[in-house]
Amino acid sequence: MKLLTLNFLTCAIKTCKTNPASFPLHPRDAELEIQEADLNLTFLKNILPRLMWEELRVISSELGLPELPATPPAPADLVEPSNTPLDTAEVTLAEGGAEAQEVEETPSQTAKDLHRILLETCIQEGKLVCGSCGHEYAVKEGVANFLLPGHLV
Amino acid sequence: MAESEAQGADYEAEHVHSVYEEIASHFSSTRYKPWPIVERFLKEQRDGTVGADVGCGNGKYLAVNKRVFIVGSDRSTNLVKIAREHEPHSTVVADNLSLPHPSGVFDFAISIAVIHHLSTPSRRVEAVKCILDLLRPASRSASLDGGKAFIYVWALEQKDSRRGWDEGHEQDVMVPWVLKQKKVKEPKQRKRDGASNEVVAAEGEQKPDGDQTFLRYYHLYKKGELESDIEQAGGAVVESGYEKDNWWAIASLK
Ligand SMILES: [Zn+2]
Repeated sequence: MKLLTLNFLTCAIKTCKTNPASFPLHPRDAELEIQEADLNLTFLKNILPRLMWEELRVISSELGLPELPATPPAPADLVEPSNTPLDTAEVTLAEGGAEAQEVEETPSQTAKDLHRILLETCIQEGKLVCGSCGHEYAVKEGVANFLLPGHLV
Repeated sequence: MAESEAQGADYEAEHVHSVYEEIASHFSSTRYKPWPIVERFLKEQRDGTVGADVGCGNGKYLAVNKRVFIVGSDRSTNLVKIAREHEPHSTVVADNLSLPHPSGVFDFAISIAVIHHLSTPSRRVEAVKCILDLLRPASRSASLDGGKAFIYVWALEQKDSRRGWDEGHEQDVMVPWVLKQKKVKEPKQRKRDGASNEVVAAEGEQKPDGDQTFLRYYHLYKKGELESDIEQAGGAVVESGYEKDNWWAIASLK
C-alpha cells in the first residue's frame, strides 16, 4: 500500500473519527518496499494541496524515512527551474494542448523525492495503529484490512 | 428464499461476502466493461481531485480516469488484490458501513452495484449516509461546489432482462452465480492458456464434476426508492435516472 493512501485513511470505528488523534494512522512493524512507478508531474502538482503535510511528516519519520521539509513545497518547487527541454523522444504527448506544455517541464529533485515517498514507498507487511483507540489494522501482502471484529462495529 | 426482514450483518456475511470471496476471480473476468453513465461521471471529475470507490470489486472503475486519485475499498480481499493493479489508485479491504476514511475530504465518491446487497432498509440508508459522509462540503470562500456521490443499484423494473423481474415482484431475491467447472481431463503437459487461473472454489453446491451454483442476496430497487434512501440519509438528489435494468442517482450533501 503506497504511503499516499494514508493521507485518506483513518480508524474505521465511527466514534474515533471525531477524535483528531485517530488521524493519521501510525505504521508499526512496517516492512517497506519500493515499487517503482512513472512520475507524473501533473498528478503530483494536483495532489499537493490535498496533502496533510504535518501528518505525512510524522508518518515518514515514524517509518525512519528521510525527513520531509517543514513546510510543503509549492507547485513551482516541483519543476526544475532551468527548463532545458527533455529528451523529447521519451515524452509521450497527452491529448490536450495544455498538457502538451506540461510535458516540457522537468521534475525537480523535490518532485522526485515526493514521488518516491508518496507513490513508490509501499507498506507490504505490518500494522496501522489508531492513535485514539489503539486498534491495530493488519497490512498483509500490501493490502490493509479494515474489517472490524463484531463487537467493535 | 429470502425474507425481507430479520436479516443484517450475519446474513450478508453468508449470502453476499463469502460468495464474492469464492467467485472473485471468475466474477472479475466477467466484469470489465464500465457502465457508460458511471464512466461519464468519472471522466467529468477535474484533474487532481480525490475520490472513493465504495465496494470497488475488481477495480473496473479505477481504470477509467488516471488523472484523479481514487481510494477503492471492498469487503473481499480477493477482489481487492485484483483491483490494486490499477495505478495510480489505491485499494483497501473495508466494510461499507465502517469505512476507514476521514469525513468530508473526498471530491467525489462512487458506489456501484453495492448497496443493493444490504439486507434491511435501515442498513441501506446507513450505507448511503456513509457515502455522503465522505464528501467535501461546499466551500463558499473557494467558490467550490460540494462533493458528489454516484450510486447505482439493480432495478426491480427490468421486464426485458434475462431475469424478467418487474413491478410487483418480491424485491428481496436470491440470484444464482454459476461457476462453470472447467473440464479437467488428463493434466496436459504444456498447455497453459489465459483461462488457466480460473478459480475452482472449494465450497458451494458442488455437483459431481458439474457446475457450482452460488446464491447472492439482492434487494431490487423500485422506482423512487434510491432517491428516498438518499433523502432519508440526509442527502440531496442532484440527478437521477434509469439505465438498462438499474437505477442511478447523483447525490450531494444538503
Ligand atoms: Zn480508533
